Amino acid sequence: MSKIRSFKGGMHPEYDGKELTAGCSVVDAPLFEKYYVILAENAGRPPKPCVAKGDKVCKYQQIAEADGFVSAHLHAPVSGTVEGIVEVPGPMGGNVQAVVIASDGEERGEPPFECWENWQEKSGGELMTRIREAGIVGMGGAAFPSHVKLSVPPGKKVDTLIINGAECEPYLTADHRLMAELPRKIVIGAAIMGKIINVSNIVIGVEENKPDAIAALEAACAGTSVRVQVLAARYPQGAEKQLIYAVTGRSVPSGGLPFDAGCVVQNTGSAAAVYDAVLLGIPLIERVVTVSGEAVKRPGNFRLRIGTPVIEAVKLAGGITEEPGKLILGGPMMGFAQRSFDVPIAKNTSGVLLLPPGRALNFSSAPCIRCGRCVEVCPMKLTPCLLCAAIEGGRFDLALKGHVMDCLECGACAYVCPSRRPLVQQFRRAKSELRKKK
Amino acid sequence: MEMITGALLLMGITGTLLGVIIALFARFFKTDSDARVELVQELLPGANCGGCGKAGCADFAKSVVAGENPPSRCPVSSQEQINAIALALGISADSGVRKRAVVRCGGDMLQTKERLNYNGVCDCNAAAMVAGGPKGCRYGCLGMGSCANVCPFGAIEIVNNLALVHRELCVGCGKCAEVCPRSVIALVPADAEIHVYCNSPEKGAEKRKQCKVGCIGCRKCAKYSPEQFVISGTLASVNYEAASLPGEEDVEKIQCPTGALLSAREHHYIETHDPNWKKEEK
Repeated sequence: MSKIRSFKGGMHPEYDGKELTAGCSVVDAPLFEKYYVILAENAGRPPKPCVAKGDKVCKYQQIAEADGFVSAHLHAPVSGTVEGIVEVPGPMGGNVQAVVIASDGEERGEPPFECWENWQEKSGGELMTRIREAGIVGMGGAAFPSHVKLSVPPGKKVDTLIINGAECEPYLTADHRLMAELPRKIVIGAAIMGKIINVSNIVIGVEENKPDAIAALEAACAGTSVRVQVLAARYPQGAEKQLIYAVTGRSVPSGGLPFDAGCVVQNTGSAAAVYDAVLLGIPLIERVVTVSGEAVKRPGNFRLRIGTPVIEAVKLAGGITEEPGKLILGGPMMGFAQRSFDVPIAKNTSGVLLLPPGRALNFSSAPCIRCGRCVEVCPMKLTPCLLCAAIEGGRFDLALKGHVMDCLECGACAYVCPSRRPLVQQFRRAKSELRKKK
Repeated sequence: MEMITGALLLMGITGTLLGVIIALFARFFKTDSDARVELVQELLPGANCGGCGKAGCADFAKSVVAGENPPSRCPVSSQEQINAIALALGISADSGVRKRAVVRCGGDMLQTKERLNYNGVCDCNAAAMVAGGPKGCRYGCLGMGSCANVCPFGAIEIVNNLALVHRELCVGCGKCAEVCPRSVIALVPADAEIHVYCNSPEKGAEKRKQCKVGCIGCRKCAKYSPEQFVISGTLASVNYEAASLPGEEDVEKIQCPTGALLSAREHHYIETHDPNWKKEEK
């Protein structure tokens, strides 16, 4: 095993809540009555629905078509009847359009694509088309369409593919379980993506606190060009730029993309989805979701279809033990607090967290005491305390000079701040204001 | 004695030398200042509010003298002051309509439902990003005070999560309207006394679910005076272009069923819609 690597800065929470679910094998969810497949779930343009109210759909049938290049197809998670396109609460707040499918319980539908057991003989272009048709997106965060991330712009030289298995967010263990249970899918999925972008250096980055996943992956990697890199358990190890630095020692320039450092980064869930699409011929309709938090009776990992209402996922985990203080989709650091249990699971929902009131405190902020802890932990080497002061004074120009646009919104600064200042919240605000001005 | 003469001599020579240098500088680096600019600047209020769009009164004075802006662009000066500037420059004073800001929302925390517990940055633009803010209505005032923070005259006060405009302080510079993420604030003729305090184009029943004082588009006001009120969809508003604007006595006569139609004076005391409010506070 090679040396444990890491980026500079960051922190690890005293209590990361992973033991709640780290040992829970992935359980397949039963069929639910209704599924709400959100249209505008991926970064980029929302796909256009190609079904209407009253239509019968089969499982795997395409229900929305990508609108343009930076957009992804959507497929029916179950067979049943389309009940229309309605407004539902979205994971990012606000309301979004979703296709409602009432399940008929029959699970009609064949895998729509040909199974390519011999994928090595297929060309990169063919494999890319398959990934696009299967509607695969980055399942770790922003749901950016995978085919876009695999399209290396002309003039850029890419020599490394990194599979992001860091899962540095507290509480979440969905990727961990996936790597421990289905390592072969991830390794082959990674090799397929490696073939598309024509690189031989394929690395799966995993944090050291998942020894079973590392062992399983290393066994599956034997005899392939894929290797495992052990990383320090440090937040935000799984952030794209930090992961690239940890694995290759290269820095992505300010405002640049992973391509600029010769890298492509993909999520483990996406790699497994690529395996499903190419070897089994099925599009992306389900994902592993961690349902956890101290307010859940039986926390665990579940394989949920896209569009499952969160309330069903919570019921699956045994319901709640007490009135939760906060419902979060994603991890506690970068996830979004929700106002309703009617939010559906999207392709990028890695976790459903129900925190008891004691863990979801309403902080009131105090003045900055200039301790500099935020500066120490910032993985992008910014000075959060000064940026925050500039933003509070309305000086967005100073914040821009201080590279606020490079902030990846990991929230490490706000986590360590002894004055509980809303640092990352202010940066998000400044970023949106500055983008508006452009 | 010698010491004193030496010191005097040294000071004398230094002083003369410096004096010559200053005289030379004054001669060769002289800038011509326009006496008219100084005159106009003296006649301006000197608040440096920036309401005219210039960096301050001095900058505005320059642009007036250059003919880029009419004197009436200054939102603070009274008509007499504008006339004085025009007279001084020998140009005609056009009488622009004085404007004043009005917050077209009456939904404070007592009238509107709270949709979610907002615990973020206290700024309207930040709150608008997070699920559209804490209030049930998606079109109303967020009440986080972004407008009050930019107002150079302290004319906006936040009471119970609702922005209220102090009419006597507002000069209609429009900075608040620029910063508001919901475009709730409008600039209206300063002599308009009553307004419809609602900005939501939603259907009446939807509005009613969220807010006690939203306009439900019942057309009562438009029936009372079709010239003075306009209805677009389910939202009434005062027709500020009407020949005669409705006055405070009309509020009494119309008897708006939700209380969205109010005089600007009453908007200040919107909490009195709920007589128990003051007691609860104590």
